[in-house]
Amino acid sequence: MNEQLQLDFDKIIKTLKISEKEIQIKKSFLKKFIENGFPNRKQEDWKFLDISQIIKKNIGELSFFNDYSLPNKIDSSIFVDGLEHNKIIFINGRIEKIDFNYEDQNQIEITDEIGKNIIFDYENSLIDLNNAFTNKVFKILVKKNYSLKKPLIIYHSTTNKIKSKNVNLSLNFELEENSCLRLIDYFSDNADKNFVNILYNFNLKKYSILKNYKLDKFRNNNLKYSFNNIEQGDNSISETFILSAGSDYFKNEINCNLNGEYSSAFINGVFSLKENQQHEIRSTINHLVENTKSYQLIKSVLGKNSKSAYQGRIFVNSKAQKTDGYQLSKAILLDETSEFNAKPELEIYADDVKCSHGSASGSLNENSIFYLMSRGLNYQQSKELLINGFLLDVVEKITDSEIKNLVKNIIGLKE
Amino acid sequence: MDTREKDIENLKDYKYGFTTDIENIKAPKGLNEDVIKFISNIKKEPQWMLDFRLKAYDRLKLLKEPNWQKPKYPKIDYQDLYYYSAPKSMKDKPKSLDELDPKLLETYKKLGIPLQEQARLNGIAVDAVFDSVSVATTFKGELTKHGIIFCSMSEAIQQHPELVKKYLGTVIPVTDHFFATLNSAVFTDGSFVYIPEGVKCPMELSTYFRINASQTGQFERTLIIADKGSYVSYLEGCTAPMRDENQLHAANVELIALDDAEIKYSTVQNWYPGDENGKGGIYNFVTKRGLCKGKNSKISWTQVETGSAITWKYPSCILKGDNSIGEFYSIAITNNHQKADTGTKMIHLGKNTKSKIISKGISAGFSDMTYRGLVDINSKAKNSSNYTQCDSLLMGNKCGAHTVPYIKNKNFDSNIAHEATTSKISEEQLHYCQQRGLNSEEAVGLIVNGFCKEVLQQLPMEFAVEAQKLVGISLEGSVG
Repeated sequence: MNEQLQLDFDKIIKTLKISEKEIQIKKSFLKKFIENGFPNRKQEDWKFLDISQIIKKNIGELSFFNDYSLPNKIDSSIFVDGLEHNKIIFINGRIEKIDFNYEDQNQIEITDEIGKNIIFDYENSLIDLNNAFTNKVFKILVKKNYSLKKPLIIYHSTTNKIKSKNVNLSLNFELEENSCLRLIDYFSDNADKNFVNILYNFNLKKYSILKNYKLDKFRNNNLKYSFNNIEQGDNSISETFILSAGSDYFKNEINCNLNGEYSSAFINGVFSLKENQQHEIRSTINHLVENTKSYQLIKSVLGKNSKSAYQGRIFVNSKAQKTDGYQLSKAILLDETSEFNAKPELEIYADDVKCSHGSASGSLNENSIFYLMSRGLNYQQSKELLINGFLLDVVEKITDSEIKNLVKNIIGLKE
Repeated sequence: MDTREKDIENLKDYKYGFTTDIENIKAPKGLNEDVIKFISNIKKEPQWMLDFRLKAYDRLKLLKEPNWQKPKYPKIDYQDLYYYSAPKSMKDKPKSLDELDPKLLETYKKLGIPLQEQARLNGIAVDAVFDSVSVATTFKGELTKHGIIFCSMSEAIQQHPELVKKYLGTVIPVTDHFFATLNSAVFTDGSFVYIPEGVKCPMELSTYFRINASQTGQFERTLIIADKGSYVSYLEGCTAPMRDENQLHAANVELIALDDAEIKYSTVQNWYPGDENGKGGIYNFVTKRGLCKGKNSKISWTQVETGSAITWKYPSCILKGDNSIGEFYSIAITNNHQKADTGTKMIHLGKNTKSKIISKGISAGFSDMTYRGLVDINSKAKNSSNYTQCDSLLMGNKCGAHTVPYIKNKNFDSNIAHEATTSKISEEQLHYCQQRGLNSEEAVGLIVNGFCKEVLQQLPMEFAVEAQKLVGISLEGSVG
């Protein structure tokens, strides 16, 4: 694989118009990735689902080169109906369009930041991979006191032109004081067996609000990894909703640093998995100063041969008194081959805190099914109704009513 | 000075910090085949036992010390330890308690267990372990009447080789992790219990462990077998003299419950935790594992962990038999610079198996406390369930409390529920108690005892009182 990496890397460098210095930086990331390789189950964070094995099994040999010089045709049929929105369109890893038509152009700034890689101080070889191979890094800045009128939808789509490819995306958002962004990641795939690696960095200044909805609904055979790093200032709010249902493999990682007082973070997730799907959410919330709050709710419905994992970690610094942290994960196992893994972790160094977590898993309650059947529903309907209610609970946590309805439509939930 | 103050005065220094001056027989320093042969030889062990040890030693050479745990410790030089030391007076085994070395008896008196009195008055058979060799086993007659075997491990190897051979290493194989394997290679003594079919053991069996000789690693090996339909409750309590250098304790405890049998294993651990600056103290790296081998069997672990500089142990249950039950009740208290990484593993293999975990962690001072647990329900363990509750209490912002549960559910018929909370003693509670005339330390003691009540209730009567006192003592000076 290493030879392939080196070859593909050289090809990519040729197509990119970047300075020698930037090339060197990219090379150092490549070197790091070659040293560490894809993460495997020996690493604690990858214990439950081993990406290195899954790539081997589902894809085989990956290739890392894509020709980004030619544009892809935009297929407007994938666009979301009934909701006016701004667009960023990624096709096969290439940004085809950035469109903020509904907004005041002076209030949003988009800069190309290919030379500035997003660097964190922890080890994650997939971030290294992303930094080495990504062809564009855009920074999107929302200016002070500006709230986007319409949500921004990022379309992540693949066409059947690519197969067994690694595709990397990288975006950097900055929300200035008192600004607001609603962001939807919308996945639709026509290609098979690719590994998509997404890296977002969010910088939330005082009083800003970020709402991020990740919707992976349509069944496809791709593997996906998404990493969100969120830095939060005073009184800022971040809300993340994850619908994890479409891909063969999807791991969403969220690292949230509550750096400012009275900042809060919400993570809500739904796994709805079937045949051979393996999905994971891993969250780390770092409460670093006083009076911060976090809330997490993750629910799984697991069908045949599917597997979900939730690793949630709440860290409370010794300075972070008056922290309020909460985690809840619940799972319904529908088949004897389904599997649920959880590792809800608390690491606390301050005494005046309120932190708790809960986790429950099991099958559908036979009594509830009996109750519904005695009122005239058949077995299948009763089951669906119960699952519906189970998941609706999470969707109801979405604070934006427009988007809540969109999500309900997409999942097919009825009230 | 009222009695309470006097008590505190007495407790200021570690109560059990004294050394008995008895000449020791020591194996040469270091760990190698010769030392293992020396241990085996001095204990007059049969060949199969030596083979068992050597097999473990071979395996040990391939293993590395684990390093995933939270508390880190300075590297232990295994070649710089004595692996065997026995009080010399053991050479001519005493026929009765009266023949015991008076100094030994004195030590136990200071510990608050005058052997004869305790044996007679409490109706407890005490198999006291002094350093590595069992010194006296009492109440043998009463137990023999029921066909119960309660003796030291060395004795069992000599007299009941068929039982030892059949069960030793079946729950903790010689190929297990580093410390367990180390124990298999060099274990010196411990307790052996066999309860025959259908017998309910008429008394609580109890062992007091003591680490005495300086620089001696203590490697206990305990094996308890409850045959079909039997019941036994086993108590283990520990105190150790004050030492400046760190001492290693790597014990192995194996429990085996056959059909319809029940084993209740209770521990109060109060080893020397080091001084206020974190100097000295015992490293308590223990492997405890129970196997519910038969149908309808039950194993219950109860532990009160207040001592040791570092506690690192996970008493576990393997629920193999259908309808078997595993329970784990734990109180762990860390103060000053103590560190604890403790919890349990419940591995559900059989149908209709149930497990319950109640863990209470209290950390004060500069200490660190981690609950780490695994609940694994296998795909064949139909209709199983687990309930876990782990609560942590923090006192001050220099200490840490962590919860790391691993939950694996591979069976759709089974339920797992897990709850954890972390909090501090609320001002309202303190205020309420103080209003009613308690001072702040008494108030904290009361609240903490209430916090731990669920676990304390599980302890046998004699232990519960001691444990309750310990809870109070351990938190001395952490408030106000």
